[in-house]
Amino acid sequence: MKGWVIGIDVGSLTTDAVIMDEDKRVLSFSIVDTGYNSTDAAREAMTVAAGRAGLELEDVSRLVATGYGRAAVPEANKRVTEIACHAAGAVYLFPDTEMVIDIGGQDSKVIKVGKDGRVQDFVMNDKCAAGTGRFLEVMSAKLKIPLDGMGDISISARGEAAISSVCTVFAESEVVSLVARNCPKEEIVKGIHRSVVNRVWAMTRQLRVSGGVTMTGGVAKNRGVVALMEERVGRRINVPDEPQIVGALGAALFALREK
Amino acid sequence: MSIAPEIRYRFMKDIGAPLVMGMAGLKGKRKAAIKRDIPLGPPLKCSKRLKEIMTRHYFLSRYAEGARPVAWVTSGAPVELLRAFDFYTVYPENHGALCGAQKLGPELCSIAEGHGYNQDLCSYARIDIGVCLSGKTPVGRLPRPDILFASNNICQTVMYWYRVLAHHWKIPLMVFDTPFNFVSLDRSAITYMVRQFEEMIPELERISGRKFSEKKFKEVLRLGKSSAMAWGEVLATMKTVPSPMTIFDAFVHLAPIVSLRGLPVTLEYYNVLLSELKDRVSKGIGAIVNERKRLMWDNIAIWYKIRDFSRLFAERGMNFVTATYTNAWAETISYMDERNPMESLAKAYSLVILNNNLDHRLKLMERLIKEYQVDGLVIHSARSCKPYSVGQYDLKRLLMERLAVPSVVIEADITDFRAYSEEQTTTRLEAFFENIEDGG
Ligand code: SF4
Repeated sequence: MKGWVIGIDVGSLTTDAVIMDEDKRVLSFSIVDTGYNSTDAAREAMTVAAGRAGLELEDVSRLVATGYGRAAVPEANKRVTEIACHAAGAVYLFPDTEMVIDIGGQDSKVIKVGKDGRVQDFVMNDKCAAGTGRFLEVMSAKLKIPLDGMGDISISARGEAAISSVCTVFAESEVVSLVARNCPKEEIVKGIHRSVVNRVWAMTRQLRVSGGVTMTGGVAKNRGVVALMEERVGRRINVPDEPQIVGALGAALFALREK
Repeated sequence: MSIAPEIRYRFMKDIGAPLVMGMAGLKGKRKAAIKRDIPLGPPLKCSKRLKEIMTRHYFLSRYAEGARPVAWVTSGAPVELLRAFDFYTVYPENHGALCGAQKLGPELCSIAEGHGYNQDLCSYARIDIGVCLSGKTPVGRLPRPDILFASNNICQTVMYWYRVLAHHWKIPLMVFDTPFNFVSLDRSAITYMVRQFEEMIPELERISGRKFSEKKFKEVLRLGKSSAMAWGEVLATMKTVPSPMTIFDAFVHLAPIVSLRGLPVTLEYYNVLLSELKDRVSKGIGAIVNERKRLMWDNIAIWYKIRDFSRLFAERGMNFVTATYTNAWAETISYMDERNPMESLAKAYSLVILNNNLDHRLKLMERLIKEYQVDGLVIHSARSCKPYSVGQYDLKRLLMERLAVPSVVIEADITDFRAYSEEQTTTRLEAFFENIEDGG
C-alpha cells in the first residue's frame, strides 16, 4: 500500500501514534509509555502501530510530530503544536466541534475551532497542576483508588464533598481530613472531579463558544468528569472512543494535508 | 554640604565619566561585531551613544552622594519637580530592568526573600530590596538617597516598597497620590494633586538646601515635554513597512525617557536616534531582514528574554512594531505645558495607562493596532505586575471580536525567570505562529 502517513504525539506520560491512509481512514494506532527517552518511545509507538497495520515503517510517506516531545522525533517531516492537532483531530471525529477541551496529564487547554478545523483562539493552563490529569493522579494515589476507576465510583455518589482549594497540595490535605472524618469515598471523588471541572470551566468561559464541545485527552475517559462538565456547559459533550490519540490523529491529518 | 564631595563629583563628571563612557562605547562595538545575526538588519549606530549615556548616569551616581541631593524615584513620579532642585535621581525600576537583562533577577530577589519578602511581591521591588540589603549591583554602587519620591499612579506596590526603603535608609518618603481615572478627571482631583505639589515645594527646598526656581522648573517641563514628543516620533517611525526598529530595540532605548527625563541629554539623544531612523526609512532599511508580519506587545518587557525573543521572532519574519509599554512615555507626558505647569503636570501623571480605566486601554490598543498595521498581539502576563496584567484576557477577547486580531498570552515575569517556563512558552508561541500564518 502506498501513501500512508503517521501522526505521532509525544506527551509527558504517553506517546501515541496513528497511521492513516490517503483517504483519511485510520489503519491502526498505538499508545506506549513515554518513559525516560522520548525518541525511543516515539520509535516504539510507530513500530507497534505499523505492526498492527501490517506495514513496514520504512514505507511511510510522511510523518508529523506533535506534543511536548515533538522535537525528539528526528524523522519528522514537520512539527505541529498539540493545540492545532487536537483541533484538527476533534473536528475530524465530530464535525460539529467548535470547542475542544483537552485535559492532559500535565496541562489542560481549551481551544476554539473554526468550521475548517483551524484554531481561532486557545487558553492554556500549564502553570499549575489544578485542572489537569496530574491533580487526579495525586488524589487517586491518596485515596488508593485506581485512576481509571475514579469515574465509575463518582457516578454512584449520592452527595458530594466540597473541595474548596484549587491548589493541588492544599486540596490533598483537604482530602486527608475528609477521609479522617469518614466522608464516603465516592463523595470525595465527586468533589475532586468538581474541582477539576470548575477550574477548566473558568477557561472555557473566556472563549465564549456556543456550538459543539469535544473532550480529548486521557481525562475524557473519566465519566464522572465528563458528566460534571456537561452539567456545566449545559449540553452533551462529544467524547471519542480513544480520547488519548486525538493529538496523534490530528498530526496524521496534517501529514496528509502537506503531502 | 561639605566641599570635598562636590569637588570629587565635578572631577568625575568632567574627567572620569567621559573616560568610562569611551570604554563603554568600545565594549559595545566589539560585542555588536560578533553577535550580529542573519535574520536581523544592521544594528542601530545610536546604541553606542545610549550605552555611554546610561553608563555615565550610573557611574556618576556613585559620586553624587554628598555633592548633589539624591532621590530614588518611581518610574511614574513627576520627577520634573525634583529636577528644579537639581536632584540626582536614581530609578530602582530601571536598575531592576538592567539586573533583569543581566539575568540577576532570581539572585537578587532571593536575598529579599531570605528576609521574609514574599515571592508574589513585584520582582523590581524584591531586586531593589535585595540590593539595599546586600549592596550587590552590577553598576558598582547606588548612591544613598536623601529622599524617596513615589507616585501610586503605576501601582500600590510602590507605596509599600518605598516605605520599606524609607525605613531602611531612615529618610523621608514623599508621595504623589493620583486618584484613579475611572471615567474622566474632574476638577477636584486636579486641585487635590496641584495642592500636593504646593506642599512639596517647601519640603524639597529644605531637603535639597536649594531654593525653588520657577524658571528652571519651566525649562525642565519644556525639555521633558520635548523629549517625550521626540520619543513619540521615534516610535512613530515604526509605522513604516518595514519598520526601521523592533520593539526590543525600543525597550532598550526607552531608558533615557524613563530615567533622565527633563534633562537636555535625553532630548539630544532622541533627536539623534530619530534622524538615524528617518534615514533608515528613506533607504527602506528594516530592523529585521524579512518583515512579513507585524506584531504588538502588551505589558513590560521580559528583560532576560529580549535577545532570544528578538531572534526567535525575526527568524520567522515577525517584527514587533508597537507596544503599550513603550508608548506609555509618549502618551501623556506631552500634556505638560510650561504655561500651566502644576495643572498640566498633574494631568500628565494621573492619566498614565496604569492609572487609567480598561476602556481607555482597549481604545489605545485598537488605535495602535490600526495605526501600526498590526497582524497579531503577544500579551505578557507578568507575575510581578498585577495592575498591568489584570484585564488582559478581556482585552484579548474584545480585540479579537472587534478587529479579528489573533493573540496569545504568555505567562512570565519581568526579571524573575523562576516564573518562566521555556517549554510551555514555546508551545504557546508556536501555536500562535501557526495561527497567524494560517490567517494568510
Ligand atoms: S512592575 Fe508593576 S507592580 Fe512592579 S513597580 Fe512597576 S507597576 Fe508596580
